[in-house]
Amino acid sequence: MPRLADISMGHELPGREFRTDNVQLFLYNAALWNAHRIHFDYPYATEVEGYPGLVNAGPLMGDWLTQGVLEWLGEDGTLTALEYTNRKASIIGETLRFAGRVRAVDVDSDSAELDVGIVNEAGEVIIPGVARVTFRDG
Amino acid sequence: MAGLLTPELMAHIGRTAAPRRELVTRRDIRKYAVATGQRLGKFLAGDEAPPMFYIALFWDVVELDQLQPDGISADTLIPEFPLKRAMAGGLKIDFHRPMHPGDRVVARRTLTDIYEKEGSSGPLIFYEVTTNVDTEDGEQVLTERATRILR
Repeated sequence: MPRLADISMGHELPGREFRTDNVQLFLYNAALWNAHRIHFDYPYATEVEGYPGLVNAGPLMGDWLTQGVLEWLGEDGTLTALEYTNRKASIIGETLRFAGRVRAVDVDSDSAELDVGIVNEAGEVIIPGVARVTFRDG
Repeated sequence: MAGLLTPELMAHIGRTAAPRRELVTRRDIRKYAVATGQRLGKFLAGDEAPPMFYIALFWDVVELDQLQPDGISADTLIPEFPLKRAMAGGLKIDFHRPMHPGDRVVARRTLTDIYEKEGSSGPLIFYEVTTNVDTEDGEQVLTERATRILR
């Protein structure tokens, strides 16, 4: 568990690998009630929309950004803000990974800013983002 | 500038959708936690909702004949723009407090901006929808600003 006093700019968060299959993607879209065909209709996704396979849901990967931050933070702080951009699509079966790094620490407000992202097998950051966290009592 | 945004379109800025009220349940949190691969016990047990749970809680529920051929329901807050093809967008979320089972929450969506830029392969239209989620008692839960790009 990180303490504000122990981290500094450039500190790397533990990475985590994510690999969706069609069961997880089905359950995710069922939990949302999302019927967008690119997530479950293979002929539609490939022949009509031209994707190489079934497409991972954007906000699912946004959720993974929060998991990477929260698993590092534990009970020592809270996630106060997240921003991210869906820059490139990914398809199920791809191995993706969360990466995070401290980019600024503000001791006065007990908070830190993190560069976070979801990285594909080619090493491209397909979902770059920034998270802000506040620590409890420094 | 291609001048795609007419005064009629710009007049939609400030438009609001009808508030949506939902009850947070342990079962819905647990389904969301499993589907997203959460590993923290408080999320898997449904004691607290993961930060992005609001996406599932407030996803539009419409009747089957209101789904378009691609399976999406039209967002009635958004006017018809002269550009149709949606590109990747972005989200900015401020989290004020987590949700727990039993919370009664309300989401209010406002179309907060529309603007145009010249992209490398033609004009682009950007629009921003701001969603405020609060408890029924008026406590702030989160604010989301979503930007969509059309080309």
